[in-house]
Amino acid sequence: MLGRTANGLYWMFRYIERAENIARLVDAGLRVSLTRAGSSDEDWHGVLESAGVRETYSEVHAELTAADAIDYLLRDQSNPSSVMSCIEFGRNNARMVRTALTRETWEATNECWIDLKARLSRKLKPADLPELIDVIKHRCGLIRGAFHGSMLRNDLYNFSRIGTFIERADNTSRILDVKYYVLLPSVSQVGSALDNFQWESILRSVSAQRSYGWVYDGEYQAANIADFLILKVQMPRSLAYCYEKIVSNLGYIAEDYGERLKAHETADAIRSTLKRGTITDIMDQGLHEFLEDFVSRNNQLSAEITEGYRFYQ
Amino acid sequence: MAFDEMLTAESHPRLPYKTYHEWYTNQDAAHLIRKTQDAENIFRKTGITFAVYGHADSSEKLIPFDIIPRIISAREWRKLAQGIEQRVLALNAFLDDIYHKQEIIKAGRIPRELIEKNSAFLPQMIGFKPPGGVYTHIVGTDIVRTGEDQFYVLEDNARTPSGVSYMLENRETMMQMFPELFTLNKVQRVEDYPRLLRQSLASLAPPGCKGKPRVAVLTPGIYNSAYYEHSFLADQMGVELVEGGDLRVIDGRVKMRTTRGYEAIDVLYRRVDDDFLDPLTFRPESALGVPGIMDVYRAGNITIANAPGTGISDDKAIYSYMPEIVEFYTGRKAMLENVPTWRCSEPASLKYVLEHIEELVIKEVHGSGGYGMLVGPTATKKERAEFAEKLAAKPNNYIAQPTLALSTVPIFVNKGIAPRHVDLRPYVLVSDKVQIIPGGLTRVALKQGSLVVNSSQGGGTKDTWVLED
Repeated sequence: MLGRTANGLYWMFRYIERAENIARLVDAGLRVSLTRAGSSDEDWHGVLESAGVRETYSEVHAELTAADAIDYLLRDQSNPSSVMSCIEFGRNNARMVRTALTRETWEATNECWIDLKARLSRKLKPADLPELIDVIKHRCGLIRGAFHGSMLRNDLYNFSRIGTFIERADNTSRILDVKYYVLLPSVSQVGSALDNFQWESILRSVSAQRSYGWVYDGEYQAANIADFLILKVQMPRSLAYCYEKIVSNLGYIAEDYGERLKAHETADAIRSTLKRGTITDIMDQGLHEFLEDFVSRNNQLSAEITEGYRFYQ
Repeated sequence: MAFDEMLTAESHPRLPYKTYHEWYTNQDAAHLIRKTQDAENIFRKTGITFAVYGHADSSEKLIPFDIIPRIISAREWRKLAQGIEQRVLALNAFLDDIYHKQEIIKAGRIPRELIEKNSAFLPQMIGFKPPGGVYTHIVGTDIVRTGEDQFYVLEDNARTPSGVSYMLENRETMMQMFPELFTLNKVQRVEDYPRLLRQSLASLAPPGCKGKPRVAVLTPGIYNSAYYEHSFLADQMGVELVEGGDLRVIDGRVKMRTTRGYEAIDVLYRRVDDDFLDPLTFRPESALGVPGIMDVYRAGNITIANAPGTGISDDKAIYSYMPEIVEFYTGRKAMLENVPTWRCSEPASLKYVLEHIEELVIKEVHGSGGYGMLVGPTATKKERAEFAEKLAAKPNNYIAQPTLALSTVPIFVNKGIAPRHVDLRPYVLVSDKVQIIPGGLTRVALKQGSLVVNSSQGGGTKDTWVLED
């Protein structure tokens, strides 16, 4: 397989994953503004922060309003992380690696692009948002489904999966990091209405408000939420789950190629941190510091994969 | 009145269309309108698109597909195929000659400066014989028809003919939408093209290549207007689709960067123009090519298809000499006629062209894709005057041809059928043999009366059937 093809698949799936995550963040943001009395446009501050676009937003918009924030996150093409940009980049990568994709996967990606391009070309009306967000999740789900149902389980598959999980781990850690202060025991008033709100919005941004309930009997507790998103290996958006997958997908490639690279050591090390760690240790060490460190190691792994498998040169 | 390939002047179907016509008259119009919609959806969903340069807002467009096939009888096809084969063999002999002994120049049949001052003539190819002696591995000869037995070659497209993916997708779409038509009519297969292409390319691997030759398709990338076709062909042949950035010359071989290291390529089907192929030899700023590939090529360690320097036979000034070229190398008169062509570089011709500009089609010598041409009869007075100025300023740059009454084939419109002008591009593969795929790409001018069939100028396509005997 060409290095460029591996790169294209990796980024195609990173972008599709990112598009879906941004849609979830907007969904969570909308939910907060609907259910919380006295909510203000300022609530979107955290959403922009989680999406990693707080600064670029203020370059385009002088004020923070819900409508502008939503527009910026979903359809503004000057925002490289907007859903529209992600779908556009994802599909461009898919076009580039078209010969590596099954027809089903390509068509699902192309149709996703056609549909969302049409929907996101017009100004958004608040009443249309719930449906739009569903469509984004639905379209991304179709791509994933077509991919799972039809792709050969070879290196093409593994590079695609690694892209998905590197991106997902990055997104989950960012969501947590933006809200880390509400998870700190010292400042949080356990059980207060404010906290419940914040926590629910975290869970909603990772589509886990129900599964959390199954695992922790429905009780919102800061440590449990952090545990769920960081260490719970059954939770498909947790850091631990992402690293189980990354290690195994990288492992298949090593087996196939008969060679282990630096990236394998790095991934193993991150996984074992997540496997051995307890949430008490992490909280004691400092949640923010832990997450910051994680994001940078995750980026390092991405760079090592890129280099080790000759994505660019 | 132009010759219509389906209906005679008395509105009877011509013989090849008899079965189709009978089927058509029994169809419900609403059903066919729905099928036309279906076809569009298939093309859009599959992403069978092309780019029109200079359109910022619509970077990907669909080529309109018409559901009425263009049908050619076995007898008509045989005649065409023989003429095309003769022409393609002559083209290869011509290329071999101008890069070696130049006998045609010495014999005084073609002016020396027309070859040597031509920007498509590559001095780097002088004295070099490509593997198997083949220059034009893939040719797409453009043919137009004006009567029952009257065919002309419009262009030879010996450089990088495009459109073959449409030939294949059009057939695929027709078979999906109207399977019954293919039991009623015995249509010759075009589906083998990718397999034949791969075989044909592999058979011309460099002599030093051991084992199974590694073939790859070189594309300029996803923003190229024909990118869909490049990926389609790579996919159908089961070979890698590479870009310049994937390739590097290492140890005298062209190698591609894979996730396991660098792997050598034996045959490169390049869809990148000569100018961009090797920044060390040609345009230094080109990022689309491979630095040093020409050295590897000249050392006999890679086959490039089509060979660099074949573009000269695409030149429209050379085209005007094709009857002489065919006769010179095959010893026989050309079976397929050229369209009469005035070379504006010759003063008498220039004078004639300027005086008759409203009757003629004037083309740039190096132009393609319908860009930079004037169709005299349909142009406005202002357009003609402006073009005449350009022509007078740089006569060497132009040729002129009469506007032929191109044959028509009906297209399906909401009110029924309406005749539209068509041309035909059959695809030819050259290795130790010449293989012509029965059919090709029929391009159709969708506007009533229009003679311009190029997709970049609003043309559409049709499935093209060659019937069995």
